[in-house]
Amino acid sequence: MARRVLAVDDSKTMRDMVNFTLRNAGFEVFEAEDGVKALALAKTQSVDVVLTDINMPNMDGVTLVKELRALPQFRSTPILVLTTEGNEDKKMAGRAAGATGWIVKPFAPDKLIAVVNKVCP
Amino acid sequence: MSTEARNDYAQFRQTFFAESAEMLADMDERLEALKTGRLDREELDAVFRAVHSIKAGAGMFDYRSLVDFAHGFEALLDRLRDGRMSVNATVGGLIIRAADILAELVAAAQAERAAPSGMGADVMVAINGLLGEGATPVTPAIAPVEIRDDTHRVEIRFTPHADLMRKANEPLLLIRELSGLGHLKTVCDSSRVPELESINSDDCYLSWTFELETTAGDDAIREVFEFVEDDAEIAIVRALAEAQDEGFGLWLDTEVADVAPGPVALTSDEPGGKRPPAQTSIRVDLSRVDRLVNMVGELVISQAMLRQELATHNLPVVDGLESLDVLTRELQDCVMAIRMQPVRSVFARMPRLVRDVAARLDKQVRLVMVGEQTELDKTVLEELSDPLTHMIRNSVDHGIEAPAIRIAAGKPAEGALTLSASHVGSNILIQIEDDGAGIDRARLVAKAVEKGIVAPGAVLSDDEILDLIFAPGFSTAETVSDVSGRGVGMDVVRRNIQKIGGRIQVSSIAGKGTRFTLIIPLTLAVLDGMLISVGTERYILPLTSIIESFRPAAAQVRQLSGGGRIVNVRGEFVPLLGLGRVFGVSDAICDPVHGLVVLTETATGGRLGLVVDGLIGQQQVVIKSLQTNFTAVPGISGGTILGDGRVALILDIEQLASLEETAA
Repeated sequence: MARRVLAVDDSKTMRDMVNFTLRNAGFEVFEAEDGVKALALAKTQSVDVVLTDINMPNMDGVTLVKELRALPQFRSTPILVLTTEGNEDKKMAGRAAGATGWIVKPFAPDKLIAVVNKVCP
Repeated sequence: MSTEARNDYAQFRQTFFAESAEMLADMDERLEALKTGRLDREELDAVFRAVHSIKAGAGMFDYRSLVDFAHGFEALLDRLRDGRMSVNATVGGLIIRAADILAELVAAAQAERAAPSGMGADVMVAINGLLGEGATPVTPAIAPVEIRDDTHRVEIRFTPHADLMRKANEPLLLIRELSGLGHLKTVCDSSRVPELESINSDDCYLSWTFELETTAGDDAIREVFEFVEDDAEIAIVRALAEAQDEGFGLWLDTEVADVAPGPVALTSDEPGGKRPPAQTSIRVDLSRVDRLVNMVGELVISQAMLRQELATHNLPVVDGLESLDVLTRELQDCVMAIRMQPVRSVFARMPRLVRDVAARLDKQVRLVMVGEQTELDKTVLEELSDPLTHMIRNSVDHGIEAPAIRIAAGKPAEGALTLSASHVGSNILIQIEDDGAGIDRARLVAKAVEKGIVAPGAVLSDDEILDLIFAPGFSTAETVSDVSGRGVGMDVVRRNIQKIGGRIQVSSIAGKGTRFTLIIPLTLAVLDGMLISVGTERYILPLTSIIESFRPAAAQVRQLSGGGRIVNVRGEFVPLLGLGRVFGVSDAICDPVHGLVVLTETATGGRLGLVVDGLIGQQQVVIKSLQTNFTAVPGISGGTILGDGRVALILDIEQLASLEETAA
């Protein structure tokens, strides 16, 4: 069964790219445009990997990671944060919240697939 | 990023630019608050996110100058967000300039041309200056030079078998030895430890994951575990160092358990949020919507044909057709509503424009906007943006006087410019009104004579004089300023407005001000019409322009010496126009006493009585352009196909009103 990725980003361009890349790599991709929507989706769907942007309206990525980690079914789900050019503060905030790893934007498609595969259970 | 990767993502360019345009427009609107010297946290966050998203997207397509500039802009906004700097006039001005440059860089990227070199460099210098000496200057976002040495990170997963300790091995010693190789982070997994009563004190229930930063090779690491190789699962993963350079990485010591479980309030649930959550929407290709609009249009026509066919045979299904009628109409309304957008998206750019232009000309202008919620067809709205921008610029430049002149004329130093939108029937009226000097007729005529547009000594009516400003190549500004004079004249404005089926009118009172009125059709697709007969011909009259119809008594109608006729409607004299005469329908009734007078009103309030044979009935029609299918005909705005398959022409009251003097 295809593994299910939840892609969270307020930018449609980014969501489209992540979706396109991972779908072509055989993943099933769900999209959410902010943390609130992602959290709602996460509560109703089974998700294998979460990819989230950090700067988003309504609920940012760091809060989302915390919220997800508070859900029993997400205690050990890999969560990757997407940051720009290695913004250390953001990265560390993601880490403190419980993220599994980070991916820098811009990313190359094959790298995105590689890192998602790497963390995928 | 590889070229290959970029090609993969090229298909998302359109999405990126559409999204960027939206974000830039939104940003403009939010930055309005800066005028008052403040910027709310909420606005600041939104602007920051927009800049950030543009930067991230631009990075994916490798638009370097855009990424670099956005990066600097973002740094400035970030400084404001974390409170290390506050908004003042300098910072506010800088943000506005930065937003402009960002927009221009996006436009350059979209047009696939290189941005002028050094564009935004001054703003960048100013930003770096503001960020202070203590701070690290903003460096280009991409291409950090990584200093690589032989240190690399290794992940080691150590999962001992249960009997590890019974074989006299001590994990602690291994860990100590490992830490001797470099910087070590240790995560212990205790999830396999059973309940106390079932614990066997000799068994090893723990497992470890180590993250080691070391210069040592794999062999040295393996050596540490040499004696436990058979009693444990050992995995050495060395991908981390490379992975980090490639722009991603994993944290292995993430302690998930630290996060407090339990419900945490969602931020969105907080009461008192000022801005309502973004509306859920989907993006649909405009061509699909257009296709839908067309299909529904055809549906309306074929339904009308069917209805007529059935009615002539007097079949009982006609009753059932009533509900189909209602549904079709609702369907059409729904489809049309998809294309409707509030004029706010165009109006929103105007305050900035007025402020910029006024500042450059040392004028004081207060812009009042009314009716921003008024909705208009998207295509029409887009076409409106340029003419409106030009006219607003004109009003500030030529209309409103300098403060000193205003005061001398007994007016307040601050000029008022009103931009309003409102529904009038099936039209939208957009008015741009200033309280400036008004149009100087004498100068206008002098200029027109000088340019050879008007013959010297020609006698012109006031309307004709005002109309001169729309003549091609006409400009009254003594010197071509960089504000209004960009080679685009009012003639282009008028052409643009006509292109979307609209008209432009100007009225001006010397010393009091000038008002431009744009009359724009709400939509280019459907019309509520009244089918009228003129001899054997059928015409459609826009329902909204009809006031009443009546058959006048002979005494009500008077012949004028110039050839025209007027009708007395309860004391008011209204010019008459015989449609049969105008369109050359030979068998039409020309005498209103024997036919019917349809009293109509133009969008600007003028009245005209049309002499017709009779009224047939009310009908919604799908407008087909006559201009694209045939050629423009005076007095006709388009054509439509009737239920019986015949073509009926749609009358344009405004144009008919001007025909009246010549043809009737």
